[in-house]
Amino acid sequence: MTEAANTATAILPLWLEIIVAVLVLAGAALALLGSIGLLRLPTFFERVHAPSIIATLGCWLIMHGTVLYFSVADRSLALHALLIAVFVAITVPVMSIFLMRAALFRARQAGRNVPPSLSQPKAGVNTEVKDA
Amino acid sequence: MTPVLDWALPAALLMLALAMGCALIRLLKGPSAQDRVLALDCMYLSGMLVMLVLGLLYGSKNYFEAALLLALFSFVGSMAMAKFLLRGEVIE
Repeated sequence: MTEAANTATAILPLWLEIIVAVLVLAGAALALLGSIGLLRLPTFFERVHAPSIIATLGCWLIMHGTVLYFSVADRSLALHALLIAVFVAITVPVMSIFLMRAALFRARQAGRNVPPSLSQPKAGVNTEVKDA
Repeated sequence: MTPVLDWALPAALLMLALAMGCALIRLLKGPSAQDRVLALDCMYLSGMLVMLVLGLLYGSKNYFEAALLLALFSFVGSMAMAKFLLRGEVIE
């Protein structure tokens, strides 16, 4: 029954299974670590660092496991999962920078103690003086 | 037939589900709006990894499209919400 369900996995050698299992388990553990950091860290500007580990090392580890597994199971180079990792590597920093700028903007609007804006020095200095 | 992967892939799925649970707690109790956007993006990324691991578990390449769509929607949604937090409008 199991052989009929997944015939592709039945032909895999043991060393490949061990490598894929280590890669996938390490990626999932890093995802758990990043989420625990998101949950436990005290302020937003510390919390924004924690999930980046999911998008970089966690995603790349699981992607390498997928590429290795399907390359050996199908006996041809299966690089389709690389597309996801490259896409995530491009988009997640853009999103993080936008979100951090939004958080800085909102913290300045609320008058909290954050660094002033560099693009509009006069406005930043004015709000800082007013807040102080 | 697959003594290692049959044990490792459900364990990885369990860890990813715990990661999504942690992000969900942050999403529900996040003190500010940007915390909730960040937690939603974290949940999207964990869901994308779940799709990749499910593709390994069932030996099917069809989960790849779901993972790619999740990555795309994660980017578009988080970008729109960050733009809204920054400007008060999504499209100016």
